[in-house]
Amino acid sequence: MTATVGNPAPPAGAGETGRPAEAPRTRAIRVLLWSLRHWSVVVAGAILAVAVLWALVPGWFTHANPTAIGATDKLLPPSSAHWFGTDRLGRDQFTRVVYGARASLSGSVVAVLIGVTVGSVFGALAGWFGRWIDALVMRLIDVVLSIPGFLLAITIVVVLGYGIPQAAAAVGITSSAAFARLIRSEVLRAKTSQYVEAAVASGARSPTVLLRHVIPNSLGPTLSLVTIQFGVAIIWIASLSFLGLGAQPPSPEWGRLVADGRNFMASKPYLVVYPALTVAVVVLAGNHLARHFAERQKR
Amino acid sequence: MARHLLKRLAHAVLVLWAAYTLAFILLTALPGNAIANLINNPQNQLTPEDGKILKAFYGLDHPVVVQYLRALDALLHGNLGYSLSNGVKVSDLLGDALPGTLRLTALGFVFGAVIAAAVGVAGSYTRWNWLRTLLRSVPALAASVPSFVVGILILSGFSFELHLIPAVDNGTLLALVGPAFTLGIMISAPLSQVFSASIEATRRQPFVHVLQARGAGERYIFGHGVLRNSSLPVLTMLGLAMGELIAGSVVTEAVFARNGIGQITLNAVNTQDLPVVQGVVLVATTGYVLVNLVVDVVHPLIDPRIRADILAGRAKRIKRSTGATPVGPGVDEAMAPRLPEEVATR
Amino acid sequence: MSSHAAPRAARDATSPPGPVLAVDGLSVGYRTGHGTKTAVRNVSFELGPGQVLALVGESGSGKSTIGHAILGLLPVGGRVLSGAVRYQGRTISDLSGDRLRALRGRAISLIPQDPTVSLDPVRRVGPQVEDALRLHTSLDTEARRARVHELFELVGFHHVERRYRQFPHELSGGMRQRVLIAAAVAAEPDVIVADEPTSGLDATVQAQVLDLIDDLRRRSGTAVLLITHDLGVAADRSDLVGVLRDGRLAELAPTASFVRNPRDEYSRHLLDNVPSRLSFTRDRAGRAPSERPEEPAVEVTNLSKHYGGHTAVDDVSFTVPRGRTFSIVGESGSGKSTTARVLTGLTRPTAGQVSVLGTQLGALSTKAFRPLRRDVQIVFQNPYASFDPRFDVLSVVEEPLRSFQPAGSSRRHRRENRDRVAAALEAASLPASFLHRHPRELSGGQRQRVAIARALVLEPKVVVLDEPISALDVSVQAQILELLVTLQSELGLTYVFISHDLAVVRAISDRVAVMRRGRIVEQGDIAQVFERPASPYTAELLGAIAGRRLAHR
Repeated sequence: MTATVGNPAPPAGAGETGRPAEAPRTRAIRVLLWSLRHWSVVVAGAILAVAVLWALVPGWFTHANPTAIGATDKLLPPSSAHWFGTDRLGRDQFTRVVYGARASLSGSVVAVLIGVTVGSVFGALAGWFGRWIDALVMRLIDVVLSIPGFLLAITIVVVLGYGIPQAAAAVGITSSAAFARLIRSEVLRAKTSQYVEAAVASGARSPTVLLRHVIPNSLGPTLSLVTIQFGVAIIWIASLSFLGLGAQPPSPEWGRLVADGRNFMASKPYLVVYPALTVAVVVLAGNHLARHFAERQKR
Repeated sequence: MARHLLKRLAHAVLVLWAAYTLAFILLTALPGNAIANLINNPQNQLTPEDGKILKAFYGLDHPVVVQYLRALDALLHGNLGYSLSNGVKVSDLLGDALPGTLRLTALGFVFGAVIAAAVGVAGSYTRWNWLRTLLRSVPALAASVPSFVVGILILSGFSFELHLIPAVDNGTLLALVGPAFTLGIMISAPLSQVFSASIEATRRQPFVHVLQARGAGERYIFGHGVLRNSSLPVLTMLGLAMGELIAGSVVTEAVFARNGIGQITLNAVNTQDLPVVQGVVLVATTGYVLVNLVVDVVHPLIDPRIRADILAGRAKRIKRSTGATPVGPGVDEAMAPRLPEEVATR
Repeated sequence: MSSHAAPRAARDATSPPGPVLAVDGLSVGYRTGHGTKTAVRNVSFELGPGQVLALVGESGSGKSTIGHAILGLLPVGGRVLSGAVRYQGRTISDLSGDRLRALRGRAISLIPQDPTVSLDPVRRVGPQVEDALRLHTSLDTEARRARVHELFELVGFHHVERRYRQFPHELSGGMRQRVLIAAAVAAEPDVIVADEPTSGLDATVQAQVLDLIDDLRRRSGTAVLLITHDLGVAADRSDLVGVLRDGRLAELAPTASFVRNPRDEYSRHLLDNVPSRLSFTRDRAGRAPSERPEEPAVEVTNLSKHYGGHTAVDDVSFTVPRGRTFSIVGESGSGKSTTARVLTGLTRPTAGQVSVLGTQLGALSTKAFRPLRRDVQIVFQNPYASFDPRFDVLSVVEEPLRSFQPAGSSRRHRRENRDRVAAALEAASLPASFLHRHPRELSGGQRQRVAIARALVLEPKVVVLDEPISALDVSVQAQILELLVTLQSELGLTYVFISHDLAVVRAISDRVAVMRRGRIVEQGDIAQVFERPASPYTAELLGAIAGRRLAHR
């Protein structure tokens, strides 16, 4: 059915719509109404904002030193002084979680940047030029994707060494194959679309077609993968750190904190639960926002 | 069909070889390789003569190309080299650990498939809105929680608090349940997401409407149409999930302190035992490639359209699109064979 | 309209004298974001045994919604607001799910809209027809299979056992529709709702499918509710015609008297705009006849195009004189669109010469073709797909202008371009206020006008029109055709018009070529080809045009 210009007049029984004619509303009320309807999006955004602030300005949230050892405060349970308790060296666990945000978030940002950049270049080249370039890039992607991702990341870490930057690079390189494949297919889809054909038929030059039509229209789906990949990168970097392949002591990182607390699992579960929940909540919030944006884009 | 099978098999072998080569380049051929570091490490107190013997033992006194060809030759004879830390044959090391990991991944796979099927079907067909909302948020939740967190929660809940399952691997099946469930939850997230979306999409298909118009009820329609159509994308996803299972077992075995490929990988990484790491990559990739080969073979059995494409020799990679011919450099002729599709139906 | 009071007493009679299906004051609404939108308002009609009632209307008129409501299969959010549907005097619109299911397929069945997507792609077609038997009869496996074989013979299949085992993708569109018809009549229903049963099928196949439905109806005395947008089909195939507009029944009358003398103004308007009643060539009869030899705008000699092993266009030659309309007509797969694509440089020919405005295209690369695009433009069948989804109307229409301005000079040309775009829109009868609208907000006809404006903004000499009106409603079709004709006479344009619809071609063209399987089977002046077709294929196509009862008053 084709869309008609201007909605037809409301049906005779308009009384059942239950909504009065639109009165002029202030912007603030509108924002408030939107927030009420999308409260979960607002909550997710707030959680992410807090996590980002933890990473940028941890001093706003805690005055303790994340690496200061307190000989007398070892393994204290959560209290008003130590919200998440203290670890086996007497360090304030909440402070370590706050400071750990920097390693986790910056690592995932770097990982996604590497993945997107490498993936875009290869994917766009393959999709736009086709033929042997496409064949070559696709084979390369096949090979990289044939090695289970997390294992490939571990292998790269072996080569690069331990640390957050190395872990980020490993995760980024591993994810670039998936990005390349998506961007290739998006570029191909845009390239074979009728609007691109119409542009060519109306006389547009090749670079114009690429810059004005193909690239902007390929970006949308890529962006939603980028947002989802943030969550994946956080999880992978935390997992690498959990295995001892990422952040090195004494610097705090969420996966590392869980690993450190693991030996006290049976008696002091809070050492594990709080950092573990932090990762889960942040990733959940990020994924929720990603889904929200993806759905908005579909409309 | 047999030709197609052979082609896929050849492709799988080729991919395996390429993956092995990639791992070799990463781990052995790159400058500053770790084997040399190990030998040159003053802490190991090796005399230059010892170093030479060691180098000769691992074949490091040859140029890289020769090393690569030798490794490949050994590989064809089933020899994956020797561990750097204890000189044991890598194939023996992995062979001992493999059964345990296979049991774990197999059970994890079953758990994941069952969870995904239950969540997918119940989430789409339940009459209660609250249950639908709940079930639909399950995959998103499962995808957001790292598997080590899931593992630790299961360990603390079911082992330490409830004492339902043993906390350490005592060889029983019960000890397998915790880690397998962890893996299952991890892979169920993408599986159930795809399954739910696929069921929804299939139920919107016109042929389902036609079935309704023939007087069929929901259950009949599910059994005679929706299930088969919506399991096609899940099948592809199953192949991908296998990769996650293999990699996920590294983390899971670490959490539950189980012996297996994961444990060996971690030890090898920590001791820079490169031949072992390379062996693990090869074994894992082989498993992954094999599963995807099976998926490739099963797909045309379920979907007659793919079967027809294979019989007609049409390239599989070219996706059917709207019928517009692509433009831009280098595609005019290459993509064109899609056009006569309307003729092919005659 | 006849009396609404259905004879309730007839409920238990085996063959009730009254209507087999009655729709009584039916209103249907859809829940939207802000409330309920009424799609069908107070519609009433009755259908006797063996009768055919055609419901016609343009898109959005509510005709399909009525079909869904009768089957009790309204889409999510839809519900019957008031009124009732009665089957053999029994109200069925308020039945529960189970009892309604027992009626569906057995009492009232459906022949669906698009045969290409109405069969399960991964099941063999035989078992799909069997579904109806499995659900409504107690036949065992053997008996069911035998019955399906019978049904397949009934719908005109020869190798029934082979057909039984085939998959939908192995069948053509027409054959798939036969399968669906077999399934619809399997349980011997009393009423068949045929919802646009031939949309997307070629004209000759459409005629065969409609003949089949007619034949089955006559044999079994089944009543048919034929939902269609095509007044020609309605006129040829029905006993009664109901015209729907905005969900209301504008007119309900016996077909013969409706065709002769429609009482409602909207019906009259629709009838006047039927392609077979349109003629624009007559208006131009007074134009200077071919005294001087006509200068050719397009010359095609021995053109062939192969895709791999498949021949899309096979040794085609024709000439298009300047300022005239040359139509290429054919069914799907005939190669007409490929020919259009060669003319516009979107596809390179495999062999043969193509000359447009004196330039040989043959070996031109995409790049070398570009200067020629100033003079040769194309209008596609689906305008919306041919617009970049991110662009507003201004950007869409401006694109050809920018293409021929030096890169980076768009700022300098902004004002000038805007004026030229506005002028092009005006030529396409769209107000300048549309400049900043998004195509998404426009109707199908308006979108096609935007596409025409885009094609004209460079003031080209040749315009290739690839099925420009086949996605539009009848009355909009007529408007667009009229616009095209006006523009041609004002601007001296040469048209190459691609279409599957002979009635439209007849209305607009000077010359026509009939294509089949890549070859031109016949070409000539419009009058000659239509009055005295030389090829039997052309005659077959002409015979398949729906609406012969409409062509002459």
